[in-house]
Amino acid sequence: MAETTHTESTPDTAPDAEVTDLGDLDEKARLGAPAGAVDRSRAIDGFTEEGESLSTGDTGSEQLGLKKHSHGNAPVIPEASRGERRRSFDIADFPTLTGLEEDWRFTPLKRLRGLHTEALSASAPAVEVTGAGNVTVETVGRDDVRLGASATPEDRVSAAAWNAFGDATVITVPQETVADGEVMVSVRGTHAEASAQHILIDAKAFSKAVVVLDHQGSATLAQNVEIVVGDGAELTVVSVQEWDDDAVHVSSQQAKVGRDARYKHVVVSLGGDLVRLTPSSIFTAPGAEVEMYGLYFADAGQHLEQRLLVDHAVPNCKSRVTYKGALQGDDAHTVWVGDVLIRKAAEGTDTYETNRNLILTDGARSDSVPNLEIETGLIEGAGHASATGRFDDEHLFYLMARGIPEKAARRLVVRGFLTEVIQQIKVPALEERLSESVERELAAGNL
Amino acid sequence: MSTLEIKDLHVSIDTEQGNVPILKGVTLTINTGETHAIMGPNGSGKSTLASTIAGHPRYTVDSGSITLDGEDVLSMSVDERARAGLFLAMQYPVEVPGVTMTNFLRTAKTALDGEAPSLRHWTKDVKTAMAQLRIDADFAQRNVNEGFSGGEKKRVEILQLELFRPKFAILDETDSGLDVDALKVVSEGVNREHSKGEMGTLLITHYTRILRYIKPDFVHVFVAGRIAEQGGPELADQLEAEGYDRFTAQTPVEA
Repeated sequence: MAETTHTESTPDTAPDAEVTDLGDLDEKARLGAPAGAVDRSRAIDGFTEEGESLSTGDTGSEQLGLKKHSHGNAPVIPEASRGERRRSFDIADFPTLTGLEEDWRFTPLKRLRGLHTEALSASAPAVEVTGAGNVTVETVGRDDVRLGASATPEDRVSAAAWNAFGDATVITVPQETVADGEVMVSVRGTHAEASAQHILIDAKAFSKAVVVLDHQGSATLAQNVEIVVGDGAELTVVSVQEWDDDAVHVSSQQAKVGRDARYKHVVVSLGGDLVRLTPSSIFTAPGAEVEMYGLYFADAGQHLEQRLLVDHAVPNCKSRVTYKGALQGDDAHTVWVGDVLIRKAAEGTDTYETNRNLILTDGARSDSVPNLEIETGLIEGAGHASATGRFDDEHLFYLMARGIPEKAARRLVVRGFLTEVIQQIKVPALEERLSESVERELAAGNL
Repeated sequence: MSTLEIKDLHVSIDTEQGNVPILKGVTLTINTGETHAIMGPNGSGKSTLASTIAGHPRYTVDSGSITLDGEDVLSMSVDERARAGLFLAMQYPVEVPGVTMTNFLRTAKTALDGEAPSLRHWTKDVKTAMAQLRIDADFAQRNVNEGFSGGEKKRVEILQLELFRPKFAILDETDSGLDVDALKVVSEGVNREHSKGEMGTLLITHYTRILRYIKPDFVHVFVAGRIAEQGGPELADQLEAEGYDRFTAQTPVEA
């Protein structure tokens, strides 16, 4: 069984009449398949595309002036606007998780290995920073005033990590400095006790750098990565999750993006039992551009989740989001939730987000939920697309009928699908390593 | 000179209602340089024959044989059949996510020939063939068949025919859904390849109009899973004038 769900929130602050100048009206017009299971017979033709599908069957929050979202069958606590989500350093501000919360409803809490309930007091994975010589790397105590200055936790695990981490790693790219090489941040876990970690990446004004967070080993880690992209700076942050099979990793990666800055964030999640990343990009001044890319490949039993936020709070910024996932094996589960918020002040915004998933075998499940909230009509464009397709017998037959052997045919499809994201990393050695990792995933899946 | 020989072929499919026989004894021999048209009403088993030759897993061969120059085609996997020189231009080409046309064509050509084509010649061949079939150059960078119109998909099938140069081409209702201009372009492509004298063609069609552009040497009329009548090109003219009524009246359609 392959299933997708797809919902869109349309709060009353964005009545339909204001959503007239979306860039993707054509697409939306031909979308509209109901949320829920994808019929195999339809999937045969390739991608089934789904668009806005507001559930009408549920009862609930209509009286609040909200159109009811489709949430599967679970009752979910409604949220009037993504912009109103609670932010706090105080864990008491976030109630104990039940799994019914909007932002946790897809996460199997039982598999968090205590990240949401325990003290996170074990030693955090070792951090080692190598690469660029003209970048400052410090290990600082909790009391360093720079920590938490640019990012505030948005969920309970993030708040718990904030309150529990020991030392923090601070990487600073000095003003007007071009890093003389990639900054490789190796994060190596050696045990499965729950721990917390804080990393601050501060790209000062007009600096330029690529920072790679390379997560490996075994860990149960709640992590906050705080990112500052200064005015006119150009920063790429790549977060690679090649954990051992047992690892549990929950990471909030919040970026504040300054005037005319360029920020690129790339997620590559391949290893680990449960990986949940919440990358966000918050525009703080006009003229900036953000690109967010993601690649995930879930095997049997793996849960790989990514929840994004792009917060257009100021005018004339541009954002592009492209996440692609492949799934194979029983109970492989991926979740992609892309929240884009265009606030009242964010006139001239140009945004588009895309999520594509490729289901390679029976028994996998992919959830894809693009949410677009628009509070002003005076924008350049706003759109989203979500498509989940199956690689099925008909595709295989087509390629084999052209002489391509079965295994080569499957690899051709997956490689082609995922390469687009790997190519965005622009660190040749890492691109090569990740391409090989994808090949290994394919081989392991008997494809 | 090659020969594709189909002997007393019986084929069935499994449905929810049980096993349903579709082909009930088809015998047909095609040689290099010949064009055979298979015509017949809907449901007569024409497309089943095409898919069975290519090895589609949906169809079960219950008895009979298919050989290519004496080699047992039925024992070959789908890709082996293609590498042996059989090409099926599909009635409904699927969209293949994640694979660009360029990558697909080169990968297939490499698999078919057992070695990668010389890059310089290959690029030129692809461009020329695309131009002749009036396929926009930007299709090369698009995913296989993704977002192509029905007519575009059919042209891309014939593009592959011209680039892969099979021993036998089976065209499964390539003409359906094409407007007159596209029909001409597609027919010219088939004729270009056929005229090289190294290919045999099995042209499956419901309508006679494609036979104005591709001249068959033999015409076989399929009814209810058998060849009901065969003859030369004049049989096609007769069908155009009279339709299939004569045959369907003779042979009661089975449920």
